[in-house]
This record gives sequence, C-alpha cells and structure tokens, in this order.
Amino acid sequence: MTLAEFFSCSLLAFGAPLVMFAFTVANDPVRIIIMIAAAFGWLLSFLVSSVVWYAVVPLRSYLAFGMFFAIIFQEVFRYGMYVLLRKTEAGLKEISENHNIGSNKLEMAYVSGLGFGTMSGAFALINVLADSVGPGTLGLYTGTEYFFVTSAAMTLCMILLNTFWSVIFFSGFDDKNYIKVGWVIVSHFFVSGLSLLNSKELYVATILPSYIVLAITAYIAFRTAGGSTRSLIQSISSRS
Amino acid sequence: MSDTGSEIEEATEHTALMDGHIAEARPDRVIAERIAKKRKTKSDNQRSYGSVEGISSSGGAAGSSGAPNMPPQPPPAEPQMEELELKYGARHVIKLFVPVTLCMLVVVATISSINFYSVKDVYLAYTPFHEESPYAVTKVWNALANSLILLSVIALMTVLLIVLYKKRCYKIIHGWLILSSLMLLFLFSYLYIEEALRAYNIPMDYITLFFGMWNFGVVGMIVIHWKGPLRLQQAYLIFIAALMALVFIKYLPEWTTWAVLAVISIWDLIAVLTPKGPLRILVETAQERNEPIFPALIYSSTVMYCLAAATPGGAAEETAEAAREGGRPVSAGAAQSESAGGDAAGFDAAWRARASGGGAPRRLRVDGAEPARYTTRVERSEPPRAPQPGADDEEKGVKLGLGDFIFYSVLVGKASSYGDWNTTLACFVAILIGLCLTLLLLAILKKALPALPISITFGLIFYFATRCVVKPFADALAAEQVFI
Repeated sequence: MTLAEFFSCSLLAFGAPLVMFAFTVANDPVRIIIMIAAAFGWLLSFLVSSVVWYAVVPLRSYLAFGMFFAIIFQEVFRYGMYVLLRKTEAGLKEISENHNIGSNKLEMAYVSGLGFGTMSGAFALINVLADSVGPGTLGLYTGTEYFFVTSAAMTLCMILLNTFWSVIFFSGFDDKNYIKVGWVIVSHFFVSGLSLLNSKELYVATILPSYIVLAITAYIAFRTAGGSTRSLIQSISSRS
Repeated sequence: MSDTGSEIEEATEHTALMDGHIAEARPDRVIAERIAKKRKTKSDNQRSYGSVEGISSSGGAAGSSGAPNMPPQPPPAEPQMEELELKYGARHVIKLFVPVTLCMLVVVATISSINFYSVKDVYLAYTPFHEESPYAVTKVWNALANSLILLSVIALMTVLLIVLYKKRCYKIIHGWLILSSLMLLFLFSYLYIEEALRAYNIPMDYITLFFGMWNFGVVGMIVIHWKGPLRLQQAYLIFIAALMALVFIKYLPEWTTWAVLAVISIWDLIAVLTPKGPLRILVETAQERNEPIFPALIYSSTVMYCLAAATPGGAAEETAEAAREGGRPVSAGAAQSESAGGDAAGFDAAWRARASGGGAPRRLRVDGAEPARYTTRVERSEPPRAPQPGADDEEKGVKLGLGDFIFYSVLVGKASSYGDWNTTLACFVAILIGLCLTLLLLAILKKALPALPISITFGLIFYFATRCVVKPFADALAAEQVFI
C-alpha cells in the first residue's frame, strides 16, 4: 500500500515534468545544461533564503516569514537567470548543434523555468516521498491521510507554475511589459500564501485556487509564447 | 591497504587529466604555434627523455599545455576545426554528465539499500586514527592527520609511477594495472554481490555465484585490457569506479572522508597546474612519447564524430606508432584526434601495485580504480595521409579520469548516507555545475585542468550548507506543506 502510494505520488508530482523533459529538453545538450544551471540557480536562491530564515532566530517558527524571503529571492534569481541567459545567448548558440536554439526567445525561458520548477518541486517533495515508502503512513492515528497526495498535487502545481512563470517573466523583461512581471510575482505570493493554509488541512481551499491560478498562468504563458487557439488545434490535429 | 593509497593516487591523476579536450579540436597549426613558444623552454628536457616515437598530436599537446614535441602542423583544417570544437562543446558536456550521473546513481542506490556500506567497523590501514573520541577538536585533528597520511601515500605513488613511466617499465605498470583490476573485478565485486544478496535476502548457491562471478570478471578483464564493445567497457569502468567509491565510503572514518575530499582536490590542483606537478609531468611525457594511455585506464566515450573528410590534411600528424596499446576498436586515423595529453592523463591511473611493496599487509586490497578517461574520438572519414600505424584510435574529446568519477561519487554517496535526499540532490547538482564550469574553463584555457577542485568545492559547500541550514527550513516547509 505504501509502495503504491509512493509511486502514485511520485508520478503525480513528477510525471508531467518528466514527460516535458523527455520530449522537449532531453535531446538537446544545451537545453540540459541550461536546465541544470537553472536548477542550480534555484538551489542558490533557496540557500540564501534558508540563511535568512536561519539567521533570524526569533521568527524561525513563522514560516510565512521564511516564505516571504524565499519568494523574493527566487524572483531575484529568476531575474539573474534571465540576465545570464540573455548575455550568453550567442555563446550558447555556438556550442549547440541545434542552431535554431535561439529562434524562439522563450525557448530558453521555458527550459530554465522547467529546471527551476523541477528543483523546487524536488526539494519540496523528495524527502516526503522517501518517507511515504513506509513502513508507516499518515492518517491512521493522527494527521490526515491526504497529506502525501496533496503534497504531490501542490508540487506538480508549483513545478508547472514555475515553468510558466519563467516564460512570462522573461518575455515581460524582453518587452518591458512589467505587468507580466507583476503578475508573476503577485501570483507567486498568492499561491505560496495559500499553501500556508495547508497546515490547517483546508486542502480544497488551497489546491483549487492554486490550480485556477495555474490555468490562468498557463493561458498567459501560452499567449505570450505566441500560441493561439488555432495553432493549438493545429498542433493536435496535424499529428493524427 | 596499500593499494588503497595507490588507488587514490590514480584517481587523482586521472582527475588531473580530466580534460575536456574540447581543445583538441583546435587546428593543429594554432596549437603548433602555441606549442612552439612553449617548446623553447621545455623541449630540451623532454627530448632528453627519450625517444619520441610519434609526433604528438596537436590536440593532446594543447591539452597538456606543455606540449613537448611539435605536433606536426597540418595546415589546412584550421578554421573548420575551430568551429567544430565549439560545436561539439555542449555534447561533450552531456557525454560526461551521463556516466558521472550513472556512477553516482549506482553508489547512491547501493548506499541507501545496502546497509553494509554505511556501517563503520573496520578502517583502512592508511587511516590509523579512528575518530572515536567524543571531542570535536580531536576528531578534526584525527581527520586531518588521516587525510595527510593518505595524501602522502598518494604523492609517493605518483612519484613512483612517474619514475616507472620514465624508465619505460611498461611491463610493471601493466602488471600493476591488471592486478588491480583483477582485485576489483573479482574480490570487490564478490563482496558487493554478497552484501547485495544478503540485503535483499536472496539465497544463492556458490556454484551459480562463482559461475556468474567468473564470467563477469573475465569479461571485465577482457573488455578493459584488451577489446570489446565500447558500451560494455564503459559500463565496467563505471562499475569499477562505483565500487571504489563504495570502498572509500565504507572504510574511511566519517570526518576523514570529508577531509580527504578537500585535501585531494587541493592536491589535484597542485599536481596538474604547477610546473613540476607530477601529473603534469606525466601528461607531458606521455605526449612526448606520443603514447596513448593504457587501455585499462581509459574511459572512452564512444562518440565518433565525423569530422568531415574535408580535413584530411589536417590529420597529418602521424599518430605514429603511438596507438599501439589501445586495443580500441575504433580506428580513427586522425592523428589529431589522439590527444596525447588526455591519454597521459588516463595514464596516471597506474595502479600502484605498491601493495606488495608497501609491506602493509593489507586486509583488503583496494585497487585503485582505473582512471577512466572519458574520451571522445573523432573519426575521420579519410585516413590521414600520414601513414598511420594502423588503426589506432585516437581519443579526442573530453576526458575525465576515473578518479574524478570516484571522488564525485564518494561525495554524493557520503551525502546520501545520512538519509537526507535534499542534501544528496544539492550535492549532485553542485557537482554537475562544477563540472560544467571546469569544462568551460577548459574551453577557454585549452589546457589540462583538474576536474576535482571546482566540483568538490561546490559539493562540499552545498553539503554542509544544506545539512546545517537548508535542511531544517526544507523540512519545516515540507511538514507544514508550505510551498514556496
């Protein structure tokens, strides 16, 4: 049972990102490198926010405080990734075999967002998953039996959100359209703030709005990347 | 135990060699010019050493930085080659990521499933201080002393190896390598399988076990020292590196492991970069002799690029007899491709047979892992006009010593032995990024670089930072289901 839970939760959280990785990233070395660099960027941001959380001893029990700084630092490092990628764009193109790599400016945004999100998702869930294998589980005596599955669902939401956020964020800076950047930051605060309610086990109140935000963000990212209803239908139908 | 020391050495050496020889791709001429400048200073000495059989390939020369002999200068190919070098950069990096990741995976999976490797009971003879004192100061002192002892053994072995190599005692070196890989493939694999069977509670009779072990070991010896499918060889080399890493994790005391990692990466830096650094001398000598490294020590990536027939002239360098040893199937005629430097690097791995000499009765003989180099070869479609002695394979591309594999895996495996996956993941990403940066530097500096320092530094920083600071925060977030 615990094993089934482990697999279902891991697949729920990482299945979609894994497929995205396999289909869009894995076959291009440069993208893999960008993804790992983004993961490292997230790691750095998390390290910095942990240091802040750790250093301010009196507020350590208030996770909202740590969360606030974590979000700030994540967005700062996302901007750092943006600057880094835009500066190294030419170089990346050279070392890549795929000379079309820069043809869509948001391609790198997507890849780095995926790396960012995957790392954040991994950090959020990987230890939980390791515990879920058993021998014990949650919900028998205390706690809620939905702990694992809600964690996995939220993780998936955050991974996808990070991917879309990066796309929107990069394009916002490219076009000097700061409304987009604002949306990224505001929705990030909103979703993370909502997740504070998880400790009260109000899962419907957190997961549902989070996925609504995810849908809106996905739509914005899709339009930002130049997609339209027609192109979506085409991309689906042309294969068949 | 003495062997252990040797292994370490080897490892180090390899490390040093880990050159992403992206540089190799460079046009010979450019390299030649560059070398010519350096040569003035160095050539004298080198010549004295002895016969340079082949002309060293330019690529290698570049890699080694102090290229002794002039690489023949094949004029034509330059511009193209330059481009190619850049072009294959990213792919080379990934070609390194995959085996490094696999090696770490094997180690981490073993550590987390087989208890044997994380239990401390016996220790290597090289680490006489067992850190049993409850005082932190004493532990630190013990760890430092242990790691310095190990380091001095390594340094000694390296010098011994260089002497042997300079004196052309190839038989001894080969014997040593074969002995070490024999130990690893049979004894250590047997221990590994035994523990794995025990951990999973699988009964198996000795006949089946020995039949399996025999086949496994013999195939390994053939593939590593003679010839065989490249994939198989790579798999064996990765497995050997993983085994060595497990041995280190198991038999080094807790804090000594971390101290050793730090000390080794510093040693790596010194051995490769200082003008008289042992590894550097090795590389230069090998290059000068235009020899590839012992096949056992070479980890070659199978990638063969068709460099285009267009560059035939470029290939000019004669590989000379150099290639002899590698039984490598791939014959890339291109002399350039053989990066002498890289080969040399692999060479370090010489296993120190020293165990016997060492007099230390070893309980365990740990063989040095063979340094594998990760080689990428360039295959030329046209054989260079130069008479190549046959099909030598040249190795071209990025090379990573097996030692690097070992120490990366030690770091990640050690991190995972505390049961926190975040730490493991952080170390893994940090090491990969360090590797990326090293390769980037390699592309810029175009000389042999040590692979350990940057990666291990990152790994250590992230390990300790994650363990002390990040873990409590991450655990609190996960427990409260707060997502940031």
